[in-house]
Amino acid sequence: MSTHAIRVTVNGTVYERTVEPRLLLADFLRNTLGLTGTHVGCEHGVCGACTVLVDGDSVRACLLFAVQLDGSKVETVEGLGTPARLNPLQEAFREHHALQCGFCTPGMLMTATDLLRKYPLASDDEIRAGLSGNLCRCTGYEHIVNAVRAARDAR
Amino acid sequence: MKPPAFEYVVADSVEAAVAALVAASGEAKILAGGQSLVPMLNFRLLRPAILVDINRIPGLIFIEERETDIRIGALTRHHQLETSPVIAKSLPALGAAMAHVAHLAIRNRGTIGGSLSHGDPAAELPMLALLLDATLTIAAPSGTRTVAAKNFFLGALSVDLGADELVTDVAFSKLPAGTGWGFEEVARRHGDFALAAVATTLTVSDGRISEARIAMTGVDETPKRAGDAEAMLVGQALDPRLLERAIGAVRGAVTPNTDLHASADYRRHLVGVLAGRALAAAWQRGGGT
Repeated sequence: MSTHAIRVTVNGTVYERTVEPRLLLADFLRNTLGLTGTHVGCEHGVCGACTVLVDGDSVRACLLFAVQLDGSKVETVEGLGTPARLNPLQEAFREHHALQCGFCTPGMLMTATDLLRKYPLASDDEIRAGLSGNLCRCTGYEHIVNAVRAARDAR
Repeated sequence: MKPPAFEYVVADSVEAAVAALVAASGEAKILAGGQSLVPMLNFRLLRPAILVDINRIPGLIFIEERETDIRIGALTRHHQLETSPVIAKSLPALGAAMAHVAHLAIRNRGTIGGSLSHGDPAAELPMLALLLDATLTIAAPSGTRTVAAKNFFLGALSVDLGADELVTDVAFSKLPAGTGWGFEEVARRHGDFALAAVATTLTVSDGRISEARIAMTGVDETPKRAGDAEAMLVGQALDPRLLERAIGAVRGAVTPNTDLHASADYRRHLVGVLAGRALAAAWQRGGGT
């Protein structure tokens, strides 16, 4: 199989790599670049764990190929904040106990980042509908909704 | 799982994409939003030798209002349809339906051309294309051709589109003045495929229905129109008795499947309930009393 040279900006850093066409964006981030904050759950677009932003829009990193993203800007959970300096959404997640095992958290954060930019999120129903593409097996979602509501109010 | 290996070709024009499809002799697939294709690759349900990426073709993303119709480019994303003022004004049923298509991350990538070409029997856009008498423009090796939505959907995941053809745009007829609409869907979880969904339009003049359209998805091999129910509504004012008769005709028009999400009987019951609500909403929005 032929390979392709790509140039992708991830969290502000430019990476130039040569990739096989079938390499999923999620695996490119984790295995090629070592950015393991993006988690891989179902690999068919159902669980939302691998959600990242591409050119500002949330996407499933398991449903895009790295080769498609030549010239694109990708934002992952590593770009939101640092352990010492969480961003306001991450701070809301901590404040409201919106995570237990943490597996779904990167996807929840990237999804909520896009939701907060694009929707009023005026009601809990709207928040829940917005988060419905991200599965969490620990929290029962209640605290995640609380965290996103708090982030909405602080926006 | 991981997708099988394939060669990757970026098309920079519609002609180049069609040429790449022809050169691949049926072994290529178009990569647009990829939101249905890539899961199928990851499951290895498909093993195309070549993917032809059309995302970089200029001029395939647009929502253009014309005198009698709205023309939409094949690469226009679901989220663009969801938020377009032109769609909200002229094709409100389509705009309302878009919030039910999967989730934001999917709607940011998924395209109208891709959804129609994929032809999922529970998807919203094929139903809307049928409801709104859409016309698809298709680029083929011999030039372009057009096909009406009512002739495009042939079976589950089966459409009138050759392996060397590509949908380039879709035109939706504008609705006459005095037309109300309804859209109702039930899914197990917000954003899941519909167990059943119904979209309707009723054109009301002088207190009577002059045109009725009822389209359904999730309840048959393809999206369907309920022709018998539409016919019994024309010339009438919508009252509870007529509505009950129309609901009965809607239920008689479908052949749903049983799967782990719902039984056929449940889907048949549900499509009638949703049709009743969607017709009542269309009647009210159209000015019926």
